[in-house]
Amino acid sequence: MDNMTIIAVASIAVAGITTGFGTMGPALAEGRAVATALSSLAQQPDASPTITRTLFVGLAMIESTAIYCFVVSMILIFANPFWNHVITQAAGK
Amino acid sequence: MHLSPDQMIFWQYGVFKLNGTIVFTWALMVALALGSRLVTRRLSTELVRSRWQNLLEIIVTAIMKQVGEVGLSHPEKYLGFLGTLFLFVGAASLCIIIPGYQPPTASLSTTTSLALCVFVAVPLFGIEDQGVRGYLKSYVEPTVIMLPFNIISELSRTLALAVRLFGNMMSGAMIVGILLTITPFVFPIVMTTLGLLTGMVQAYIFSILAAVYIAAATRSRKANPEQAPALAPAPAAAPAPAADDHPTKEHAHG
Repeated sequence: MDNMTIIAVASIAVAGITTGFGTMGPALAEGRAVATALSSLAQQPDASPTITRTLFVGLAMIESTAIYCFVVSMILIFANPFWNHVITQAAGK
Repeated sequence: MHLSPDQMIFWQYGVFKLNGTIVFTWALMVALALGSRLVTRRLSTELVRSRWQNLLEIIVTAIMKQVGEVGLSHPEKYLGFLGTLFLFVGAASLCIIIPGYQPPTASLSTTTSLALCVFVAVPLFGIEDQGVRGYLKSYVEPTVIMLPFNIISELSRTLALAVRLFGNMMSGAMIVGILLTITPFVFPIVMTTLGLLTGMVQAYIFSILAAVYIAAATRSRKANPEQAPALAPAPAAAPAPAADDHPTKEHAHG
């Protein structure tokens, strides 16, 4: 395998692994957060604005970790710096 | 495939490129500014008022109420900054129903500049509220050991603000783009509808987080006047649970 193939294989595989594993934790965490918020809503419907606002802000915080993984995968697939480096080197020869 | 509206080039002269981000940002800014100007030109305090005035009043009072609930004691002071953030991000994501439009917030440059605005505005509001010493003191609370962590959190939350908005907006546009190649007829419309919801939630979250950061920078050292003497000798005085808008800005001295 030459360098380009290694980079392509590594980028594609790691992009999939990144999103796959990286979304597991946030998914579990968001599920827990929503479940807890729902049970608090059922117990105290009067506090629904506060609970909903805090839930949204918290979900955004949790979700941002998954978004980081997604952005890293997107960079690896569509804007891979190593791939571009190899391409420019090959074009320069 | 266009990863971001940065790659849509409308016009190019030498090194100057007029890409999609700039065009759509300015179009949004013109639309928002002209629209508000047209609506507020004929404001009425009577019972009979235009429907656009009603719309603006609903938006402004809703933003003010939300900002007030976060814990900022004078929401109208921060309304210009936070409301502009919300309206811009919200309008940028609502306009995806227009064909050929790509949200400028799907470009990392736009979201970075918005996050940098928050990054600059939070210390400014904090210094304006409690002075340079008072604001800088909040970095070494409760102990000096926390100083590097406070600075790191300041930087990392700016990065998080930028990347969160960018990731959400970019993923929405990209999912629609991918689905167009797989199931071209109905399903992208459903995903666009979901994108509208996500965009509004992201706009809400962006402005609420900015409000939370400003609230943390402005009111954290304010203690209640009657509790201030009792809290004064304690080294790690907890932040006041309810920030009243009392005139004296007493800080609990650590």
